[in-house]
Amino acid sequence: MLTRRNFIKLCMSATLAASLSESILPVLRQAQAEKQAEKPPVIWLELGSCTGNSISLQNAVDPGLDEFLSQAIDLKYHWLLNTVQGQDAVDILLDTVHKEAGRFWLVIEGAVMTAANGRVNYVFSNQDKMVTGLQAIEEFAAKAKYVLAVGSCAAFGGPSAAYPNPGGAVGVEKVVRDKPVINIPGCPANSDWITGTMSHLMLYGIPELDSLHRPKLFYGRTIHQLCQRRQLFEDGIFASFPGEAGCLYKVGCKGPTTYADCPLRQWNNHISWPVKAGAPCIGCTSPKFPDSSMPFYEHFPDISTPSTRVSVKKISAAFVALGVGVVGTHLAAGVFSRRIHQHFLDGTKPSDPTPPENLAEVKQELDDLIRRQNALLSETKQLETVAAKEKKSWARRVADFWRTEDKDGK
Amino acid sequence: MTRQVVFPVTRMHEPLRVEVEVQNGRVADAWISGTMFRGFEFMMVGRDPRDAVLFTQRICGICSSAHAVAGGLALEQAFGVQPTPDGQLLINLILAADFLQNHLRHFYLLAMLDYVTVDGMPPFAPQKNWDLRLPKAVSDTLVDHAKKAVQVSAKAHSMFALFGGKAPMQQTIIPTGVSHIIESDRIMAYSSMLKEVLAFIEEAYIADVLTIAQYYPDYYELGAGYGNLLSYGMFLEAGERIFPAGVAIGKGAVAGLSLSDITESTHASWYGDQTGSGEMQLNPDKEGAYSWVKAPRYQGLAVEGGPLARGWISGEYHRGVSVMDRLVARAKESLKIAALAEKWLGKLAPGAPAFQVYTPPERGEGIGLTDSMRGALGHWLAYENGRITRYQIITPTGWNFSPRDEKGLRGPVEEALIGIPVKDPENLVEIGRVIRSFDPCFSCAVHAFEVPSAREGVK
Repeated sequence: MLTRRNFIKLCMSATLAASLSESILPVLRQAQAEKQAEKPPVIWLELGSCTGNSISLQNAVDPGLDEFLSQAIDLKYHWLLNTVQGQDAVDILLDTVHKEAGRFWLVIEGAVMTAANGRVNYVFSNQDKMVTGLQAIEEFAAKAKYVLAVGSCAAFGGPSAAYPNPGGAVGVEKVVRDKPVINIPGCPANSDWITGTMSHLMLYGIPELDSLHRPKLFYGRTIHQLCQRRQLFEDGIFASFPGEAGCLYKVGCKGPTTYADCPLRQWNNHISWPVKAGAPCIGCTSPKFPDSSMPFYEHFPDISTPSTRVSVKKISAAFVALGVGVVGTHLAAGVFSRRIHQHFLDGTKPSDPTPPENLAEVKQELDDLIRRQNALLSETKQLETVAAKEKKSWARRVADFWRTEDKDGK
Repeated sequence: MTRQVVFPVTRMHEPLRVEVEVQNGRVADAWISGTMFRGFEFMMVGRDPRDAVLFTQRICGICSSAHAVAGGLALEQAFGVQPTPDGQLLINLILAADFLQNHLRHFYLLAMLDYVTVDGMPPFAPQKNWDLRLPKAVSDTLVDHAKKAVQVSAKAHSMFALFGGKAPMQQTIIPTGVSHIIESDRIMAYSSMLKEVLAFIEEAYIADVLTIAQYYPDYYELGAGYGNLLSYGMFLEAGERIFPAGVAIGKGAVAGLSLSDITESTHASWYGDQTGSGEMQLNPDKEGAYSWVKAPRYQGLAVEGGPLARGWISGEYHRGVSVMDRLVARAKESLKIAALAEKWLGKLAPGAPAFQVYTPPERGEGIGLTDSMRGALGHWLAYENGRITRYQIITPTGWNFSPRDEKGLRGPVEEALIGIPVKDPENLVEIGRVIRSFDPCFSCAVHAFEVPSAREGVK
């Protein structure tokens, strides 16, 4: 059987000509034949979601969903696919939970909706008793062998939790605390990330995770590191509108802070991925997506949420004016209300759900912020240096890079 | 008289709860509930209007591109821009690929399993259905086709990704077109995949739907409902909608559409009274309410949308309104859309501008109307100083699966369930068939604002 080391190489390989599942299924078949891996019973529960991740799983190619279901997992319950309906489907679900306790995998798609004590999201009724998604996950997760959060909503809240989060959406981790949750974020998650993580679980157990509990084999590097347009960034050639040739950084690409292997793996059977199609990366695998990366078409030192916008330059100016270490009320307020996101440079730092409660914590956050700000500035400094080496009108290039207004001066 | 609840009604996108009252072996009354609330329109306020396309498509993973197109149309109007001719063709090709994907998956993975014998692995087995009429050989053929359909529908999404960047949730549509450069190799690839999908539709899909219709002719008589049909039209070419907009009341003549006749009721929805600010309070304890879906009405009537409504309004399908008619109309529409896609592909010129650069004005208002796979979809937006001040969405599932309004008028699907014969009240096979013929998707069903008083007609 494939060693774990080779398996990871297989998953991370840039030269795979076909979809990941095609390479993995024969290995799984062999392992199952040798009784090293068993077909696990799986419950797929949809909470506050758009079904996009199920659709993405259906997009798995060569072999497709049909073969993955027949040869890799026993998908006992998924209301998108169960032939039976109503109480008969619920009986299958509850039977699996009770009879396969400690063995079954719980896959969650969608955020846990907590508003009105979860009553904004009922998921089934058992003997005429309505059950909320919140209740279901609390009961089932305790008995599951693994809990997988598929898609950014399940992992971190995602679009379902976008400001002002009227449905009280939270990621699965916020509800399931006594058990590690494996996050497979993305909007939606690539089918390879889903099938690849499941295959690793079957063969070798939990894969190596980053601090946000994402498998490193898929989320180990940034889009920016792997991007085909990276050289254009280094050369200071930037697109000024989506669709133009050049690095898309200035039109909002969040590649530098987004951890995923889209540039290598691409989407839908290696057809394309957003930057290849002329569209900036919108950072969909990051915590706090989409708020942390909106406006999608603004370049990323502009920190923005629906209610505020603070640019790096303004922050720096504030520090100069006040002296570093002095807590400006504006900034402190920003940190307090979580408007300034921590994840711009440090995409793998775990997200912290609670706002700072006292001055010391605010100071700590500000220190972190300054540290990251400095890192950001040094990165752009490097860029300036590269640009400066260019003989031809380097000053104009630098000025052009920092220019935030458009051609009309707005 | 007994009351039966089915929750979840499986094989559809996101949960649906249905409660029926059975009397003398027939459904006497029905209540349909959408049981999930997320509140996307609340989230839109305060954001950059340019983000509407990418953000609103996150409402629905199965018809993401339809939201992108509706959002894009609203922005076009608000910004006062137009897509380039080739950009419009690309938008159409992306949407067309998504339609093909949706229609194939709806029939083979969701609706068909009500009529054929499935065995083998979960989640398809076990099956509890007392009304399976297909001979084993025929049934096996259809199940084989379903396995093929899984691959073909994935291929349709690959076509989508060729110009959309990825599927679902494309990333390239902007108000003036598509950010993808038009290259000959992409056109070739799309064309090649389209041929494969088209061949499957011609050789398998159409025949399989008609096979089922042949063994279940009684479903041509069931699930008619009001027969009120509505479409906003879709697929623009040179400013004209290839599928025309219109409305037909009681299976009658097709009339033009007037947006000011659209109203919306929250009578039976879990929302509190509206305050002056236009904000809606969640109220899961509201007396008499049973759904998160609101009740849009056209001239006070409950109307349905989808392939059958589009077929009726464009004058291409007039056999009738029923469970089977909806399935057949959807298959026929797939054929039409595949043929259109072929035509658009032929018009694409490599290297032609797929978009143009624009600068959004300070403020603006726009309406974006298109049909999605399952019915009429509308986006209304207003923005000021680069921030959205108001965003409203009325979704197809809002129309089709609406609850009762103030007058007690049932929603279209609730009405379609009335009179359906029930053989076994413990196993409501017939009810599932009626509901699934509408291609329900409750991801998009729930929203929370009033419709603005729109005055414009649909082009």
